[in-house]
Amino acid sequence: MRKHFSAYIEKLVETNDDIVFITGDLGFNALENLQTKLGDKFINAGVAEQNMVGMAAGIASQGFRVICYSIAPFAVYRCLEQTRNDVCFHNLPVYIVGNGGGYGYGIMGSSHHAIEDIACLSGLPNMRCYIPAFIDDMHKCMDEMFADKTPAYLRLGVGKNMPADLMMNEFGASTLQDNFTGITIIVQGPVANNLLKALENNEHKKKAQVFVVNKMPQKKLPIEIEKSILKTKNVLTIEEHISIGGLGSTISLLLNENSISVNKFKSLHALGYPTGLYGSQAYHQQESGLDEKNISSIINSYFDNE
Amino acid sequence: MNHLQLQGKLRTAILKMHYTANSGHIGCSLSCVDLLISILKYKNDDDSFILSKGHAASALYVVLNELGKIPDDDLKTFYKDATKLSAHPAPLKYPSITFATGSLGHGLPLAAGVAKAKKLKKSKAFSYVLMSDGETNEGTTWEAAHFAVTSKLDNLIVFIDKNGLQGFAKTQDVLGDTAHRKVWEAIGFDVAEIDGHNIEQILDSMRNFIKKVNGKPKLIIANTVKGKGVGFMENMLEWHYNPMNEKQFEEAIGQVKHDYKL
Repeated sequence: MRKHFSAYIEKLVETNDDIVFITGDLGFNALENLQTKLGDKFINAGVAEQNMVGMAAGIASQGFRVICYSIAPFAVYRCLEQTRNDVCFHNLPVYIVGNGGGYGYGIMGSSHHAIEDIACLSGLPNMRCYIPAFIDDMHKCMDEMFADKTPAYLRLGVGKNMPADLMMNEFGASTLQDNFTGITIIVQGPVANNLLKALENNEHKKKAQVFVVNKMPQKKLPIEIEKSILKTKNVLTIEEHISIGGLGSTISLLLNENSISVNKFKSLHALGYPTGLYGSQAYHQQESGLDEKNISSIINSYFDNE
Repeated sequence: MNHLQLQGKLRTAILKMHYTANSGHIGCSLSCVDLLISILKYKNDDDSFILSKGHAASALYVVLNELGKIPDDDLKTFYKDATKLSAHPAPLKYPSITFATGSLGHGLPLAAGVAKAKKLKKSKAFSYVLMSDGETNEGTTWEAAHFAVTSKLDNLIVFIDKNGLQGFAKTQDVLGDTAHRKVWEAIGFDVAEIDGHNIEQILDSMRNFIKKVNGKPKLIIANTVKGKGVGFMENMLEWHYNPMNEKQFEEAIGQVKHDYKL
């Protein structure tokens, strides 16, 4: 998604002169054009994320919209207090952009992963988190993000085109057919690609209604999702994020608050580093059961009694 | 009212507020109220000020009240339930308090950002920030200081309330003197060192630095006394924390009345 992200920003700054872009010393082979286009409104904060976000808040307070860019864990954890106290408490237009959400940086190791980022950020006052699943909804997320001069986090990952049988809507996307009795699957982020691959060859494909949720927090259960769950009574949530403070726990809370009972609820999520060994993003996804094969098998388990 | 009397008047207000609230941080506010008087009374309207040393909020509140920016009635609610005046400045309550602070080390990056924005807008306004010496332990101090130098933020004027004491010891015994002029000069700041309780000196140093448009950010090291104006509080670490009992309050008020010719 990073290439599309920088192309989007390059276009944005052509007609918006209030944008300031700050990088935490990253962007080699990606941000050079943007740097040329923005001139003195492109700032390299150096390897100093806390100052990056603190000064972003200062700049934003003077009428600018400020983008802070780094690798996701550095953009989130290192400067969390600045995001909370300086940006969120003052409801400022600072947009934290983290590349490589989830296990995105793979073999780089756990210091470069962000699997607790939504838990850390989505509960902060005034904070909007965007977790696009595809290039298509990434553009929509960015349109929405910049339209509001309030804090936001954008988690970038693998960028693929959205398949034709998904339709974008206000909470993300959903499958076009709506005559289901089987299973409601709610997914967040590019791990949706793994789900869609799993469904392609799954015998229960036609019984699955897929919802992609690309914004957090969700304070209310979207009506289409609620309708689907009331019908199917089977819920599977999938996210490349720990179980705490993410999609699964959100949906679970919303179902309980609305007294919606289900037959089966399962959350597939990042399990951290269960073996203490490292590898590619695909390796870590597989360790957590977020790979195509395991997702398919979990879907089957909903229909074991048939 | 001359400067000396104003310093006394506002010290009295601080002591009264803290006594009514039975609250601490008294020594902290007394060490920087003279700096706050100078900066807030004499800065231009489009200059920005951030109190990075947020625990001196009571000093900020009484100075802003004196300048008509915080109403008397609000001041009476300090430290109470349902107040806008918490022990550290709260967010988005008064236009003249642009940033909530309280966690140390936030103000300098914020002020550097404001200074940078003013440069981007080609404004001639200044960005002031008041820090404590203990606060310069925080790593963000150095991130922001280096950034200010390489970005040539000569419209950034940093004050350090240097009273030599911090949370649990003297600053020299914790991480050493992180507010030493040599450190800041080496990074690339213009540095002045003054008596932080002498308003004429404070104003002179401000005026000098305002004229010095040379691409270098500015630091004014204000040598101060924690608890200044109340003899039994001066240079005492415990007056960071302690509230006053009645006897102490009356003695403190009496001392200020005498020393500041009220």
